[in-house]
Amino acid sequence: MKKLSARRRHPLAALVVLLLALAATGGLYAAFAPADKAQADVAAQSLAIDEGKKLFAVGCSSCHGLNGQGSSDGPSLVGVGSASVDFQVGTGRMPAQQPGAQVPRKKNIYTQAEIDQLAAFVASLGPGPVTPKEEQYTSTNPEDISKGGELFRTNCAQCHNFAGQGGALTKGKYAPSLEGVDAKHIYEAMQTGPQNMPSFPDTTMPEEQKKQIVAFVRHTTSDEPNPGGLTLGSLGPVTEGLFGWIFGLGTLIAVAIWVAAHTTKAKKS
Amino acid sequence: MSSASSTTTGAAKPSSTRDKPANKWEAAADWTDGRLGIYSLAKANLRKIFPDHWSFMLGEICLYSFVIIILTGVYLTLFFKPSMGEVIYNGSYVPLKGIGMSEAYASTLDISFEVRGGLLIRQIHHWAALVFVAAMLVHMMRVFFTGAFRKPREINWVFGFLLLVLGMFDGFFGYSLPDDLLSGTGIRFMEGAILAVPLVGTYLQMFLYGGEFPGHDIIPRFFTIHVLLIPGIMLGLLVAHLILVFYHKHTQWAGPGKTEKNVVGMPLMPVYMAKAGGFFFLVFGLISAISAIASINPIWAYGPYRPDQVSTDAQPDWYMGFSEGLIRVMPGWEISLWGHTLNLGVFVPLMIFPLVLVAIAVYPFIEGWITGDKREHHILDRPRNAPVRTALGAAWISLYLVLLVGGGNDLFATHLHLSINSITYFVRVGFFAVPVIVFIITKRWCLGLQRRDKEKVLHGRETGVIKRLPHGEFVEVHAQLPQKDLFKLTAHEQTQPVELPAQTDENGVARKAGALTRTRAKLSRGFYGEGSQIPKPTAEEHHEITSGHGHH
Amino acid sequence: MSHDMSEEKLPESHGSAGEVAEHGNPFADPGLPAHEPRRTDIDEKAASRAERQVSLMFVISMLATVGFIASYVAIDPDKIVYIFPLGKVSALNFALGLTLGVALFMIGAGAVHWARTLMSDVELPAERHPIEASDEVRADVIEQFKTGAAESGFGRRKMIRNTLIGSMALVPLSGVVLLRDLGPLPEKKLQETGWKEATETKPLQLVNMNTMQPMKPEDVIIGSLTFAMPEGLSTHDEDFQQRIAKDALMLVRIAPDDIKDDKSKELGFEGILAYSKICTHVGCPISLYEQQTHHALCPCHQSTFDLADGARVIFGPAGHPLPQLKITTDEKGNLVATGDFAEPVGPSFWERAR
Repeated sequence: MKKLSARRRHPLAALVVLLLALAATGGLYAAFAPADKAQADVAAQSLAIDEGKKLFAVGCSSCHGLNGQGSSDGPSLVGVGSASVDFQVGTGRMPAQQPGAQVPRKKNIYTQAEIDQLAAFVASLGPGPVTPKEEQYTSTNPEDISKGGELFRTNCAQCHNFAGQGGALTKGKYAPSLEGVDAKHIYEAMQTGPQNMPSFPDTTMPEEQKKQIVAFVRHTTSDEPNPGGLTLGSLGPVTEGLFGWIFGLGTLIAVAIWVAAHTTKAKKS
Repeated sequence: MSSASSTTTGAAKPSSTRDKPANKWEAAADWTDGRLGIYSLAKANLRKIFPDHWSFMLGEICLYSFVIIILTGVYLTLFFKPSMGEVIYNGSYVPLKGIGMSEAYASTLDISFEVRGGLLIRQIHHWAALVFVAAMLVHMMRVFFTGAFRKPREINWVFGFLLLVLGMFDGFFGYSLPDDLLSGTGIRFMEGAILAVPLVGTYLQMFLYGGEFPGHDIIPRFFTIHVLLIPGIMLGLLVAHLILVFYHKHTQWAGPGKTEKNVVGMPLMPVYMAKAGGFFFLVFGLISAISAIASINPIWAYGPYRPDQVSTDAQPDWYMGFSEGLIRVMPGWEISLWGHTLNLGVFVPLMIFPLVLVAIAVYPFIEGWITGDKREHHILDRPRNAPVRTALGAAWISLYLVLLVGGGNDLFATHLHLSINSITYFVRVGFFAVPVIVFIITKRWCLGLQRRDKEKVLHGRETGVIKRLPHGEFVEVHAQLPQKDLFKLTAHEQTQPVELPAQTDENGVARKAGALTRTRAKLSRGFYGEGSQIPKPTAEEHHEITSGHGHH
Repeated sequence: MSHDMSEEKLPESHGSAGEVAEHGNPFADPGLPAHEPRRTDIDEKAASRAERQVSLMFVISMLATVGFIASYVAIDPDKIVYIFPLGKVSALNFALGLTLGVALFMIGAGAVHWARTLMSDVELPAERHPIEASDEVRADVIEQFKTGAAESGFGRRKMIRNTLIGSMALVPLSGVVLLRDLGPLPEKKLQETGWKEATETKPLQLVNMNTMQPMKPEDVIIGSLTFAMPEGLSTHDEDFQQRIAKDALMLVRIAPDDIKDDKSKELGFEGILAYSKICTHVGCPISLYEQQTHHALCPCHQSTFDLADGARVIFGPAGHPLPQLKITTDEKGNLVATGDFAEPVGPSFWERAR
């Protein structure tokens, strides 16, 4: 948002808005125009898929095609499974504002019921990872935290940082921070490998281990205290160095100025 | 008994003819003086004069943080186990329960969570280390920009420089000790860097690590280096540094009554004992408070080191940041010849790293050679009055900062929404371009300030009072500077460029100046020639303008 | 200004300082300015107020030390408290740090305040003496040295001199020799990895680092990322750290049509490629794999490898591609290696032959 407000006075802003408006109009047309004839063939399918398809036609088909077959603007959704939909839409990444190297997390605009309908529709296109049930991603065993920690450091910390704060990838892409991400969405991201993140399928990382990783991430990003004081962003020595210079040496120099300054002289008023 | 012996020696007198001590304190002092000669020592030093200026206390920050590091470091050695033997953690930190780790890491966790106050001491130790190196760098820059390194202080400059370098490395060894994921990554980097050394790299690596990386020896060995070898050398250098500071007496800024032959300030006893002694407590107190509120190196969050694991944001502490920048932005050049590989991608930065440091270290000797000045200097230069030196220093700092940006390129990328690749390209260009630009800007800036000083001396300061002259012109009234300011602004000496010796000798035979002589003359013109300083106002100019004032 | 300050105690102001010398050098040194008193110098009330302030600081320090001891005794080391704006922090660390900080800072602040307000602030000049010795001293020392040198016969008795220099030059060699046992010779250690145990007849299974089980090709799907090590290695082995520092693998599966390098495709199995996880720059475990671009980035120095193109270096300081391990399947259908990497893994070194 900040980026947007900073750029809205750009000379090309008007042009961008115009293009966006044209694209949106075209997209809406594409979404509505073929919807009528598609309606007829789905009478036999369940209500959820039916409703999901309607939502899909409005929100997703402009990029992913009416039947999720994909287009130049978006990949095919055949076989991505309900878990992908639940993650992408649930974290607000989809529908995307614009295609780009990376689609950022933003406010989700669908209710969970609508997401479930969309997921049911996409799942009907081909088999894929299924949205996990609550017991799959909710750990009750406290030992899971340390086991998850070890798995996290092997599989995840290289991109998402030791404390789940995220980090840089190539050419402006990044691994997002895991702070405040729902346990379900963390689980689904590992299942499905959204965007440039690789997937960690059950065949190489069993369900139980995903649950342990989720337990560690939730613990580290929300419950874990910082015994030593301010975390300085949990970003390692860079922020520590900055803090040391500004508040460490900076304060000491301020004190030195006081120590060395001449005391105010008495003057006749 | 005693009377018997005294009678045999006859008229033996007490060896000391001193008056009876007035009280037991004097008596104790007399006793000590008879054995250590403290009175002569105190005579020279008890009322030693130190000038007052905040920038003269930067060295004290270094000294005190060093003392703090030693004190807290000794405490930490009481609990730390420098061993790479494997243990299963079963302490109070839940996210690591049941995980295999080295004893070094486990004992650091225990210091943080089981030993009461251990976390505080660890954090004081680490924060003090960051402040120590930062203060040394700033202290060195103060000495550089004020020309305090000139004769007779060149050797003390070298001692200080060695302390900075040793401090950096000791910090790096300390950072490597806890064997957490971050410190292990640092040790791994060191392995790769050593392997890149041509011819002997693999041998050095095997000897340092006691075999293949990581082995079981590296942490015990680093421990000895970190707590004994380097601090021992540093302590020696530090004592020598302080003795020389006392012996040379402190430099001072130009000002009324201050000359090259005196030092003006307040006496050690009592003012500086209280101020400097008190400053130690201020430094220690502030670093303790910082350690209470801000976490540093949360090793528990990194997890134990394993060579197949890594976290992003893998950086060294800030003082190694510029070398990290060098290594990150270097293109991946590698030469394979006759079955050998020269890893330039690592080896070139490894060589530039000491060069960056040495460049600043040798500057005093280069300047001394160019000026040929053999006199002692105790009055500090204002940075503006040595424009080329100041510009060179600023260029060096800018190079250092560009490399720091390179060392933190991933965090700059994520926090400023930039591409890591573009930052790296920027640093590659900036490494060459930024110091040049900064040099030019700084030099012009200094000359501008010199012009303003000259203006002030000749025309006085602007009072802000606008006067209308009879013919209608508005002028601002300028007030003559007080004598002390006139003196202060004109006290500096202006070095003149050296002349090439005559090209022919007295017999008219051509006598060519050597390449060195010519280089020196050329450099001297660059440093002090026209365009590198503004001639300071002369008494005649001043007379002319002040006497002509009425005619205006 | 204090209301109780008696005006008559104040000194006359020094108006003369600003006058320009009419004759001679206008830039002459006017000399040390006269000392101007502080309020505490002339006003006993201000002085005793300063005294009280200094003592108060010392008293606060004492109280803080008592607080430090009380915190040490009373606070449970596991106790976590929420403190704005720090967050949830260790109560003990916070209490100890702040009380220690206050106790120390107040001693310093008291001492400095004392010096600034109550100790004399008259600036005194002290003479400097040249560091260089006088010519007489110099001549005397050189004479003494010459006498000593002549008496030793060091310059005259050349045999003594030369043998002394020889023995002094040789004796440090003992110290150098003693360093030999710091470590083994490199030999072929860096040239090979734990995978060398694998042969065509006795292949080694690739063990998944998560499950510690062997893997089948169908387990590794396109777009996934898996880490593996050789069978027979356990995390509790004495030499696990050394082994994994070279043996660690990064397994990716790329649609065969997307693999640009034919040799790499051959070394893999149906698009499953097993690359060394150890960066060829300085050895960080490189594993920031972007499954859409097939780029792998190193988190330490940003070397970027294109895993779809034989792990070619496309950015950053690494000098050569990641080594790739040839894999296939055994009779049980598990992924196995049949030999070592064709080249040394990890950072380059002098003896490394391409």
